[in-house]
Amino acid sequence: MAEQNELKDGLQAVEPLIFERHARHGSRNFTPEAAPAGEIPEEFLRGEEPALPSVSELQVVRHYTRLSQLNFSIDTHFYPLGSCTMKYNPKACNTLAMLPELLGRHPLAPGEFSQGTLKCLFELQEMLQEATGLVGSSLTPMAGAQGELAGVAMIQAYHKARNDLERDEIIVPDAAHGTNPATATMCGCKVVEIPTMSDGDLDLDALKAAVGPKTAGIMLTNPSTLGVFERQIKEIAAIVHDAGGLLYYDGANLNAILGRTSPGAMGFDVVHVNLHKTFSTPHGGGGPGSGAVAVGERLRAHLPIPYIVEEDGNYRWAVEDDCPGTIGRLSAFMGNIGVLIRAYVYMRMLGADGMRRVADYAVLNANYLMATLNEAGFDIAFPERRASHEFIISVKKITRETGITAMDFAKALLDYGYHAPTTYFPLLIPECLLIEPTETEAMQTLDGFVAAMVSIRDKAYSDPEALKAAPVTMPVRRLDDVRAAKRPDLVWKA
Amino acid sequence: MSEIPEDLKYTQDHEWLRIEEDGSVTVGITDHAQEALGELVFVELPDDGQNCNKGDAIAVVESVKAASDVYSPITGTVSDTNPDLADEPEKVNSSPYEGGWLFRVAPENEDELEGLMDTVAYEEFLAGLED
Amino acid sequence: MPFIPHTRDDLSAMLGRIGVNDVDDLFDEIPAELMMPGLPGVPSALSEAEISSLMHERADTDGRPVCFIGAGAYDHYVPAAVWEVTTRGEFYSAYTPYQAEASQGTLQVIYEYQTMMAALTGLDVSNASLYDGATAFAEACLMAVRANRKSKSRKILVPRSVHPYYREVAFNIISGQDIELVDLPVENGVADIKALEQLGDESFAAVVMQQPNFFGSLEQVDALTDWAHEHGALAIAIANPMSLALLKAPGDYGSEGADIACGDGQPLGVPMSSGGPFFGYMVCREAIVRQMPGRIVGRTVDIDGRPGFTLTLQAREQHIRRSRATSNICTNQGLVVTAATIYMSLMGATGLRQVASSCLNNTRTLVAGLTAIDGVEAAFTSPGFHEAVVLLDRPVAPVLEALAAENVLGGFDLSTYYPELGNALLVCATENRTAAQIDNYVATLSALLSEEGVRNCG
Repeated sequence: MAEQNELKDGLQAVEPLIFERHARHGSRNFTPEAAPAGEIPEEFLRGEEPALPSVSELQVVRHYTRLSQLNFSIDTHFYPLGSCTMKYNPKACNTLAMLPELLGRHPLAPGEFSQGTLKCLFELQEMLQEATGLVGSSLTPMAGAQGELAGVAMIQAYHKARNDLERDEIIVPDAAHGTNPATATMCGCKVVEIPTMSDGDLDLDALKAAVGPKTAGIMLTNPSTLGVFERQIKEIAAIVHDAGGLLYYDGANLNAILGRTSPGAMGFDVVHVNLHKTFSTPHGGGGPGSGAVAVGERLRAHLPIPYIVEEDGNYRWAVEDDCPGTIGRLSAFMGNIGVLIRAYVYMRMLGADGMRRVADYAVLNANYLMATLNEAGFDIAFPERRASHEFIISVKKITRETGITAMDFAKALLDYGYHAPTTYFPLLIPECLLIEPTETEAMQTLDGFVAAMVSIRDKAYSDPEALKAAPVTMPVRRLDDVRAAKRPDLVWKA
Repeated sequence: MSEIPEDLKYTQDHEWLRIEEDGSVTVGITDHAQEALGELVFVELPDDGQNCNKGDAIAVVESVKAASDVYSPITGTVSDTNPDLADEPEKVNSSPYEGGWLFRVAPENEDELEGLMDTVAYEEFLAGLED
Repeated sequence: MPFIPHTRDDLSAMLGRIGVNDVDDLFDEIPAELMMPGLPGVPSALSEAEISSLMHERADTDGRPVCFIGAGAYDHYVPAAVWEVTTRGEFYSAYTPYQAEASQGTLQVIYEYQTMMAALTGLDVSNASLYDGATAFAEACLMAVRANRKSKSRKILVPRSVHPYYREVAFNIISGQDIELVDLPVENGVADIKALEQLGDESFAAVVMQQPNFFGSLEQVDALTDWAHEHGALAIAIANPMSLALLKAPGDYGSEGADIACGDGQPLGVPMSSGGPFFGYMVCREAIVRQMPGRIVGRTVDIDGRPGFTLTLQAREQHIRRSRATSNICTNQGLVVTAATIYMSLMGATGLRQVASSCLNNTRTLVAGLTAIDGVEAAFTSPGFHEAVVLLDRPVAPVLEALAAENVLGGFDLSTYYPELGNALLVCATENRTAAQIDNYVATLSALLSEEGVRNCG
């Protein structure tokens, strides 16, 4: 059957499924030929072969290479996604993490075959502790959400160890990311929501009313999800600590303060760091990430195992005996080591000065972009405040006057070659776009983005139909997600 | 402006109740609720004969953007569920008070029906939310 | 300045537009007492050449021992094309596919992955992956409690032959929600079916089985699945996906098939990399798909009727169900899943069968060689896949140390987790082990355990 694509559109052609490719039979030559294994009794064997593709190496390479060309990526496009920190992923991090000895190391290899890897990870722990202003750390949580789980579990372990058994409430601001309350509930806690004020800071009166003997802790990020620095953080820390609760820091926005201030300095007891954000490990189309946790003295005894300890220049994994109050193991082995090595290489290439420059230029780029969009007539959500590494604009006025929404802006930006900013988060600001340029983007790129936004706004008033139809240059137009949820087609059938 | 029929009772979770002739109570979600959710793609209903206490989460309505629990407004036994919603969950959107009913409960305690809102009270409640 | 593209002129222009003199001014909302002078504990920057040199040194320190350890991470050969294509910038540096129109590549890869996992496991619907096998197992337990409409039990029956790390992780993740893992004892290396009868009227949300199990032995999956269903419980299968090239699919277990299959996808083109990143897979029956955690990709059409892919059933994620069991997961293992999908496409069923057969043959050869040595015997008589347990006539740890000195990683010492087995060692020989390497291991161990060896081992 001849290879036909639906559109003959150069590099943007739609690609059929791998299962629809011409089948070939015969053995593979990737591993030596093997005699068919006998000796397993019939009752354990499968009857038919699994229906996997049966194609040539060229077909596989061509298929997946073409699929890759249907993606936006940092390597090809500007991604001002608020809260995601889509900075450049240096190639050296990948090349060095894929050295054969590092890639081929079994997790259970004994100490004498591990000192190189363990030393890198130990130094990573130290650098993360320094950056967060805290004293202990564990690299095992495999994603931000798992880091959160570890954080809340450690807080619970702390109270339980002190026989303070009534504390089952976690306070969360109403602007928080959805994983925060989900994590609290997953740990068996109740969620107590408190409001944010119109200038972006937390409502301290509401906080004072919410804390008490049932407070286990509070989950916050600073700068907050509104893109502004929580100026009253010291007071917040005092209020919560005085009530006997602990403070958990969601590290999603660490890029804004790296080397300038730290969660430890602000009074937080536990932090999770998103290595795939601040420390430039790849987003990979959805993962793998890492949610390493760092802790102050109070929670050290409860860190998830294993973490690395150093004794007389020898590195090893700490186990339960080293940390009897541990909340335990959260992954089968030691976490996403390959991701951690990439973060380590990145941090060594930045060094102390480079890490500080990250926040400087991330915040510079955000404030420049905010000022430029402001001058161009866009509504800034908190015009009186400094932008952190990100800021919010609202297109509510444009929506009211033209019907063009934040979603329409997002779709139209694709046609201009820009991935959209985060839309509709935080929920508090209607028709919002949360914009985070990161420090690795040049001024010219930011100017181009503003020009595209202005052009889209002009079209909103002159030709809204054109925007409602966007995107028009992508491999697909807007997709029917109601149909996708109502009549789920999740597996290809012959 | 959302529709709020006169002959029904309402809860703060945006559910309506209709007390039927045989004493059973039909439950659904209000026009305000279906509007907020968007087009429903799936409805999970309780089993016939299932016991429930007032406040139990016994059903789920799911749209593309949100999945919400639906709570039993009274204590009793589930006597019936809407058979159309398996294939046409969008009936809840197009007809929230008639064809889009969710389930029926045989009540155990008539007194529980006292504390519920009437049309005026629910209207005020909605207005309060918008502030 | 590495990775910062700004020129001095850019800097001036930007500060001018903002209306400040200095970058420091941009941080003026942060209370002065919170400011740090810098990061004195972080070393100065290394050039790319310097870090490259350092990493090569560190890697050399780790060396390349010959690996006979399995225990949940397997040394398989990964064809060159897999990571060449996976590390293309368009896959490597792509974001989560929330803007579907900009992510059709990633979304289609995941849809193909979902299809392949359904094919391997014989079940209906797969998600886009979870963090690893252990957390997939924990999530499967939570899912079973949510999905089981017949039983309100919050207990899960787990044989002791399931990977001990998986059981630990599941305990740590789910015990905050009052769900209990109940042990089922083990006999001759497999779950003891007779012990099921002693459970009387106890009710479970699910019964778990791992195939092959932690010891490499094959469980009576049909009997376990049928028992589960007869007693109102769901059946959860933890299956090594490479083994599924040869072994019965979980969808065919017993008379109705398992309800959930999960496990670690590392054998499918993912290097061992000191234990991560791997990926957890989960596949389930259609009837319970709405209880399945994690992302899922669905095929739909766009406004022109053209087929396309999008994340779907997303409302379930982070939906807080107070009365049942909840999950907070919101990621998948993206890049690793991409590699696995390419690997499965390259290998096909034929290639996987070849690898599985090779592993089986090599392990048999290894075990035959080892048990021929005086002082070594097979622990179990139950049939197995590509791992096996041997018993030594002396403590395992010093023997492993002596083997390590000869650059051989002899296996995993079971005495911490299974002291009742005695001096037990779990060994594995994948297709990556050559005949020479296997012979060398046997010869080395033989020498160690001989009279000479006793003196050397101490």
